[in-house]
Amino acid sequence: MILSLALAELRTYHEQTMKQSLSERLAILSDAAKYDASCSSSGAGKRDSAGTKGLGSTGNGICHAYTPDGRCISLLKILLTNFCIYDCAYCINRSSSNVQRTRFTPDEVVWLTLEFYRRNYIEGLFLSSGIIRSPEDTMAQMVHVARELRQVHGFRGYIHLKTIPNASAEQLAEAGLYADRLSINVEMPTEQGLAAYAPEKKAGIIRHSMGEMRTRIDAGKERSLSGRRPPRFAPGGQSTQMIVGADTATDHDILASSSSLYSGYKLRRVYYSAFSPIPDASAILPVRPPPLLREHRLYQADWLYRFYGFQFSEITAAQPDGMLDLALDPKLAWALANRALFPVDLNRASREMLLRVPGLGVRSVNAIVTSRRHKHLRLEDLARLNVSLRKVKPFLHTTGWSPTRLTDQINLRQAFLPSPQQLSLF
Amino acid sequence: MAFGAIVEHDTSFSEWRPIARQCFLAGVPPEELEWRCASAEASLFDAPLTVPSPKPDAPNPILRSNCLALLKSILRHADQTRFDLAYRILWRAQSEPSLAAIPLDPDIARALRMVHQIRRDAHKMEAFLRFRDIGESQNGRRLFLAWFEPDHYILPTVAPFFTRRFTDMDWAILTPKGSITWNGEKCTLSRTACSKPDLSDSLEQLWQTYYMAIFNPARIKTKAMRSEMPRKYWKNLPETRLIPQMLAQAGTRVKAMETQQPQEAPYFHKRLQQRRTEKPEP
Repeated sequence: MILSLALAELRTYHEQTMKQSLSERLAILSDAAKYDASCSSSGAGKRDSAGTKGLGSTGNGICHAYTPDGRCISLLKILLTNFCIYDCAYCINRSSSNVQRTRFTPDEVVWLTLEFYRRNYIEGLFLSSGIIRSPEDTMAQMVHVARELRQVHGFRGYIHLKTIPNASAEQLAEAGLYADRLSINVEMPTEQGLAAYAPEKKAGIIRHSMGEMRTRIDAGKERSLSGRRPPRFAPGGQSTQMIVGADTATDHDILASSSSLYSGYKLRRVYYSAFSPIPDASAILPVRPPPLLREHRLYQADWLYRFYGFQFSEITAAQPDGMLDLALDPKLAWALANRALFPVDLNRASREMLLRVPGLGVRSVNAIVTSRRHKHLRLEDLARLNVSLRKVKPFLHTTGWSPTRLTDQINLRQAFLPSPQQLSLF
Repeated sequence: MAFGAIVEHDTSFSEWRPIARQCFLAGVPPEELEWRCASAEASLFDAPLTVPSPKPDAPNPILRSNCLALLKSILRHADQTRFDLAYRILWRAQSEPSLAAIPLDPDIARALRMVHQIRRDAHKMEAFLRFRDIGESQNGRRLFLAWFEPDHYILPTVAPFFTRRFTDMDWAILTPKGSITWNGEKCTLSRTACSKPDLSDSLEQLWQTYYMAIFNPARIKTKAMRSEMPRKYWKNLPETRLIPQMLAQAGTRVKAMETQQPQEAPYFHKRLQQRRTEKPEP
């Protein structure tokens, strides 16, 4: 039995909120949505409106603006309503918060999306919502918005829907038909964390929904024996988000959780969101946020897993307290802990090994591998690729350069630390 | 009499190609050939240039497809030395057929850097161009106008993107390097320089509201913002004028959040909790 609010209460609340102007409500409902880090609009494949009466296209994903917090604006990220019957401690919209409540009608969301899109402000819509009345009811409204956009307005831009755990199977199937990406946030890296901070959410149910989405996404890609395509289901895959620094989970716990999410549910992305202070915060939250650098290091570790062939366990193996080194990036920290593998031969080392050399990115490794088919490479050639020679020198050897004892120097770590700065006197 | 050609600053690949071909068939090596821009200031020592006449028995130049694509691409760059670089690559590729596949070769490295700059310019144009609603066109469709200042000659590169995306409306993109117009059926490119129109759109206020609200004052990373959205684009974006104000208020907003005392929960939260205890979920 799901909790429902008395209709009379809802009605008075709706009457109040609809008096606010669209602009005021947009301010409240986008402010409430900003703690979701995901803004990616890629992965949906290529699609456009050429030869149709519609509007919009998808491709590699474009960031249309950047705010001073360094994040990009790719999608119109809003909530349908910030009214919520759940009381998750980390959330600005939890029922015990005194934040101003309001809502959009589905038509307003459709109108805003199309008008913003026509002016080239956005790639599409990222729609989420607080839980009103019941999960099914909320999900139905979100699916309604996506259906209107696709069927009535011929919108072919990007749609990302936040899935509500507990939504019905039919709703999920319909959401996947219109959305390019679906997501459910696991919120906390550990089950204990979720139980303590989000009493109404159940880790088991979240994982179950993710599993179901994975099955449907996989099925959506397979053709039948006669070559017929199955109905479309979220071609952009699914993603999730974890909050970093609100509870006591270590980086090791977080990455272990990512590892199981990537392998178990084939997620496209796991986002790490450093817990950020919110107005009217719950008393059980820490007052000070974790350093933003921690979130950055987690993303670097995530990149190493997705593009550099690292396993998460390797990255944290050398860190005794399970936290990533804040002073050095994870790849450099890993290389310093595994010096027996270095230096490697620039002209002969395998691609996999070159990817593990600190200072070499995927693009420079590709350039090295193609170039060395035609010519013998020296250290000076790397300078042309904008590679930091200072960083790669201890880990590579080639004609004209050998690090000799540099690789084994005990204080090599010192050479990479940022130089100490005098504290301000004021 | 020196060999060479005087070309317009916006010469495209298809215009450069016959001249380069003629010079190549005449057997003039890149060191002896001068490419001069018509718009560049003439100096006292400028020798008159002639395009050499081809030798009758000269072999045709041969290029691999990746090299041809590279030359096509770099001729969209605004750098006036691009003609010289393209001819040098054309010349060298005859004796080094796999030249374009060696990213560490100095000429190719420079060409690839130019390709990267062109691609970034095109990408930023697709991202930061803003359409403004200016009413209806003659055929009753909605009409939009945009102004953008690209660094390179990328209008042919980006035109398909805009026509395939904004299909159901009429629009024109004006730039100092030409314009693109679309009427639902036909895309027209022009190389006539346009001047900046005076435009306004009432919807920009809603967009600015969104831009302010989606910003998280507790995390300031202006360097990350500027590396992706350099200042040169700011003057044509409707939202960037808010940035100083947003940064100025950020400190006080965060301070207020940190010092805020826990407040009493709202009435409906208490009702919810009450009901949960009365009727616990199974």
